[in-house]
Amino acid sequence: MSTDTVIKTPAPSTLSAARLPRWAPLVVALGSAATAVAIGMVAGLHSRLQWGMIAALLFVVASYVIAARVEGQRQAKDRLATSLVWVAFLLAIIPLASLLWETVARGSKVFDMYFLTHSMGTLGDREVGGGIYHALLGTLQQVALASLIAVPIGLLTAIYLVEYGRGKLAKVVTFFVDVMTGIPSIVAGLFVLTFWILILGFDFSGWAGAMALSILMMPVVVRSTEEMLKLVPNELREASLALGVPKWRTILKVVLPTSIGGITTGVMLAVARITGETAPVLLVVWGTNFINTNPFEGAQSSLPLYIYQQYAAGNSASYDRAWAAALTLIGFVMILNLVARGIARWKAPKTGR
Amino acid sequence: MDISTTKAPPPTEPADARPPADDRRKSNSATRPGDRVFLGLSRGSGIVLLTIMGAIAAFLTYRTVLALSDNSGNFFTTFEWDTAATPPKFGIPVLVFGTVVSSIIALVIAVPIAVAIALFISHYAPRKLSGPIAYVIDLLAAVPSIVYGLWGALVVAPHLVGLYSWLDDYLGWTGIFEYSGGAPRSLMTVGILLAIMILPIITNVSREVFLQSPKMHEEAALALGATRWEVIRMSVLPFGRSGVISASMLGLGRALGETIAVATVLSPSFLINASLLDPGGGTFAQNIASKFNEADEFGRDALIASGLVLFVITLLVNGAARLIIARRKEYSGANA
Amino acid sequence: MAKRIDVSGLTAYYGSHKAIEDISMTVEPRSVTAFIGPSGCGKSTFLRTLNRMHEVTPSGRVEGKVLLDGEDLYGSGVDPVNVRRTVGMVFQRPNPFPTMSIFDNVAAGLRLNGSYKKNELNDIVEKSLKGANLWNEVKDRLNKPGSGLSGGQQQRLCIARAIAVEPQVLLMDEPCSALDPISTLAIEDLIGELKERFTIVIVTHNMQQAARVSDRTAFFNLAAIGQPGKLIEIDETERIFSNPSVQATEDYISGRFG
Repeated sequence: MSTDTVIKTPAPSTLSAARLPRWAPLVVALGSAATAVAIGMVAGLHSRLQWGMIAALLFVVASYVIAARVEGQRQAKDRLATSLVWVAFLLAIIPLASLLWETVARGSKVFDMYFLTHSMGTLGDREVGGGIYHALLGTLQQVALASLIAVPIGLLTAIYLVEYGRGKLAKVVTFFVDVMTGIPSIVAGLFVLTFWILILGFDFSGWAGAMALSILMMPVVVRSTEEMLKLVPNELREASLALGVPKWRTILKVVLPTSIGGITTGVMLAVARITGETAPVLLVVWGTNFINTNPFEGAQSSLPLYIYQQYAAGNSASYDRAWAAALTLIGFVMILNLVARGIARWKAPKTGR
Repeated sequence: MDISTTKAPPPTEPADARPPADDRRKSNSATRPGDRVFLGLSRGSGIVLLTIMGAIAAFLTYRTVLALSDNSGNFFTTFEWDTAATPPKFGIPVLVFGTVVSSIIALVIAVPIAVAIALFISHYAPRKLSGPIAYVIDLLAAVPSIVYGLWGALVVAPHLVGLYSWLDDYLGWTGIFEYSGGAPRSLMTVGILLAIMILPIITNVSREVFLQSPKMHEEAALALGATRWEVIRMSVLPFGRSGVISASMLGLGRALGETIAVATVLSPSFLINASLLDPGGGTFAQNIASKFNEADEFGRDALIASGLVLFVITLLVNGAARLIIARRKEYSGANA
Repeated sequence: MAKRIDVSGLTAYYGSHKAIEDISMTVEPRSVTAFIGPSGCGKSTFLRTLNRMHEVTPSGRVEGKVLLDGEDLYGSGVDPVNVRRTVGMVFQRPNPFPTMSIFDNVAAGLRLNGSYKKNELNDIVEKSLKGANLWNEVKDRLNKPGSGLSGGQQQRLCIARAIAVEPQVLLMDEPCSALDPISTLAIEDLIGELKERFTIVIVTHNMQQAARVSDRTAFFNLAAIGQPGKLIEIDETERIFSNPSVQATEDYISGRFG
């Protein structure tokens, strides 16, 4: 028979509990927003950032208090967690939306065909006009050269780690690839500066920038390729090996083709990442206002560097150019990202699920 | 097919798209040159990577030694950066302060929000929404840091004047939140911007960990009559704690090394300012980027010396983060 | 403590897929009811509808009524959290919280439902562990992690955790399928003792087990793969195993399929 009841809170006689209706959070949210606007207007707070923060705070507090009243302490805590999590998510959306909006709005002012097809040349900082052709050219060349170095090394390293790596060397390489992912980009720039320019005595050039960028790109390529190779089911490898196909051909003809979609995606994301790098370019490519089509000789420019320099010039004409260049850069990077993800989805290994 | 007679094709065979088990057969040979060449190439690439890491450390150290031998100040205690003077005098405490403070501000803001967003994606958002939301967070990661810098300096900073004045009114007495007006290009602004920039990596790593939390422990909590939050507190957070720690350290590594966004937003000065809201201070990376153009050869070596310190710090932080992740893998593997 | 369950016209879905269809049955208080049937017949799904765990799986959805002493679990205003507190569950694989000690595992459900004094908590934990026939084995290491126990001990720990909150009903989803024969026997003995206090529903793949532990047995089946599972019949266990009224039941029990 049932034992003596030690439990303090008696077992609920009923299963039902007072619950807030489903629309309650929405109403609380709207109410908080309205109150926040009212407070903001009355108190004369002009920054909409503050309005939003007040609204968020009101929403969190109000939903907790109301839930505590109606549903009890435990449900109120649950609601508190839920509303905090929602607020956090909205908080993360705001910067992204603002950043994209400002870039498009301010960038479109001087963004046109002329802007894309002309360099700065001898144009003064304060003068209106000029363009990014030289920077665009520099970026494309540097990124292409960096990819030429980093992709083969990265791919082969990943193959080594997944297909051959068992011993100590593989462990060490894995660890340092991870650590290398975290190298600050400026350190990569400093390295090339020391080694290529200060010690070997070469001049600033796009190629030097490409070397620095490739250092940043390698670990990214290795990591993503590794992930993709690991997704290839072992049965495929074994099936091929069991047919007497040597290992290297198995890798080239079975493993790589199976994972080519994911690898391409990884490489494109890595390209997108280094396209936006400023610091190493600043140190070893130097920057110029003129078109230099030879990445192996003399200073070049690049898009991020151009933005930095136009920003540093500090007047409205140069700010307009900086925003327009930022729009170009973001557009380029976003398109790369979208295409990369598209490929990933389209070429995803068919694992049945 | 008779598999015993299928032999290695010559190593020069171009990689084409034919099926793997093509039936051209060559005479038997015990060695497989193809395999050896391929193994050599791929292992060689791994060694190249290690060599680069070693070379970075070696070359930076070499120039650092050159710089330090002529430094009339103490590298670790001098609060100045005057490399053009005779004798030159420079030290890093100001940079250590600025770098650490801005990164800590970034972590304090970013970690709770990132963990909340990760939970949102893994346990709260409607299933159809969680994919797109994760994508939005990835977009946040894809924005180049120079664009963050431009946006931070020209859009965010002006918005912070109100907030800073408010902080000054109520918390100014602490000294930390003193604000004397003007453009808020301060370590606090840098910290806020860095928080946004490291949010994606912390979110993504934490999300992965939360998604892996064992369903059976969540169900155990549910079956005891736990609310959603209690399920998370009992089974998801304990499971994901080490993952969140290493995610935060990866974020910290990013924040420590971020250059151009800081150089764009901060209005630097080579002194330690107790107030986080007033302009001033500097970080390792920002200092290098800002001073590089005007530096002579010795000045560059001095900057390289500070870069080596940054390299070592980020190496330690990232290494620690990776070790935690690696340990966790073993741990969860043993329990699975 | 124990309550009667009346199910009427219950249908459960995964998205648009109907997993079980139109099930009606009565489970008597203080008895053991076993669910048997071939894999995929929906007996586990049905079990999970009895404490509203089915809706935890994404796109899980239920129609119909489950009355617990006359009160509908799916009625409006019913809080699933309260339902699960009243209807406890033990899972297929032992799942003690890995980060908690043995003591904390048993106390986990109690701590959710209000605060207890230290000695009250001690009493309940001891009583629950005794109730799960585990006390003598773990009383000296209550502060050690629960994951250090053997599989059978872990499962009894989970039973102790479930009964610590004094539920009305205890659902067991193949509780012995991951255990060795000796541990299985220990759990079966325990079920015999627990039915003095709780209404027990157990899903099992093992027909001998159903015959050994249960008072009544329900046989589930499905017409074909992809079709919803249905309740074929429910009756006294002896009758089901000696003289079932439906041919399919007899075929299944005598091993002619499934």
